[in-house]
Amino acid sequence: MEIKVLGTGCASCKALFETVNQAVRECNIEAVVIKEEDMMNIMSYNVMTLPAIVIDEKVVSKGKKLSLSEVKELILK
Amino acid sequence: MIQEFADWLIFNIIGLNSDSHLGSALNFFIYDTIKIIFLLFLISVIMGIVNAYLPIDRLRNFLMTRKLYGFQYLLASVFGAITPFCSCSSIPLFIGFVKGGIPLGVTFSFLITSPLVNEVAVAMFLGTFGLRITLIYLFSGILLGVAGGWILGKFRLDKYLTPWVRAIQVHSESETEEWKTERVTFFHRLPVILKDAWSIVKGVLIYIIIGISIGAAMHGYVPESFFEEHLSADKWYSVPIAVILAVPMYANAAGIVPVIQVFVAKGVPLGTAMAFMMSVVGLSIPEATMLKKVMTWRLIFIFFATITLFIILLGYIFNLVL
Repeated sequence: MEIKVLGTGCASCKALFETVNQAVRECNIEAVVIKEEDMMNIMSYNVMTLPAIVIDEKVVSKGKKLSLSEVKELILK
Repeated sequence: MIQEFADWLIFNIIGLNSDSHLGSALNFFIYDTIKIIFLLFLISVIMGIVNAYLPIDRLRNFLMTRKLYGFQYLLASVFGAITPFCSCSSIPLFIGFVKGGIPLGVTFSFLITSPLVNEVAVAMFLGTFGLRITLIYLFSGILLGVAGGWILGKFRLDKYLTPWVRAIQVHSESETEEWKTERVTFFHRLPVILKDAWSIVKGVLIYIIIGISIGAAMHGYVPESFFEEHLSADKWYSVPIAVILAVPMYANAAGIVPVIQVFVAKGVPLGTAMAFMMSVVGLSIPEATMLKKVMTWRLIFIFFATITLFIILLGYIFNLVL
């Protein structure tokens, strides 16, 4: 599984990236977590609010700083 | 009720004298902080409810698909006011609008109002200046977006966007993704809305405290004559100086409102103070560097210069009218 956190480096984007990393560790799954900061790449996902989470090239959350349990729910789905 | 709590805490529990400098300052600090946190939470909940039913994608589709005969500037500006502002989203929103084929001027309307009018600014203004000034601020923030967007739209600036944004604009899609209506009942949504509102409060809490502390400190230590000498109403140049000095600076509304309250208390005219604040919150060097990704320096300069002029104009008008 490949998880991308889209964000330009604001505080909530950084926090979400940490949360996703923690969720991946705690759920014990094989996943690559990438932080996508390049605006041109971010825009290719058609999101207007950040931070966003992309799992296997599909946008699953946008504009929300999710909590740990919410991220786990997304990953395990 | 909050006042009684502050009195009780400072004078009875901590035991400071109500006549003492420190006692009254602390009392004021506790009262203001609690009041503003309460207001901020309340407004965030209201905005959360609005946004749950009017998410930004839907607003964009509305602007893209309707013929609005000039009202699109007003709508974009109002949308900018009601969507929660996060500096990290302003570029994606900008691109999203451009991608949807929304004219540049209308996009500017959104971009101008968005940082100026938001839940934090409204809560701070209500808490420190009361309803009348808050409404005036709200109205002028939206007016600034409408006027600024309209004028910038007339300039035909599309050629000064960065090339990759130009490319997106040329290939703008008018087809819209169908907005998925989630049938979630209000009662199921409410816990999420309340939680989000609380996280907004938590996120800016530190800035509110810093802002009010600086305000309280300035109250006691900056001599009145300092402001009167430099920023009083009879000096014609005070508005442009205050605005231009504020352009490169950045602070969010939580930090700056308590400071301008002190300005006003020390005799700076309200128009000058409000223009100063709009310039601090709306225009800044960090914002310019962010916009660099989508605009050429030339466009950023035109954008900043136009908005600066409008803010100066607003400052003069307020000083005359208020």
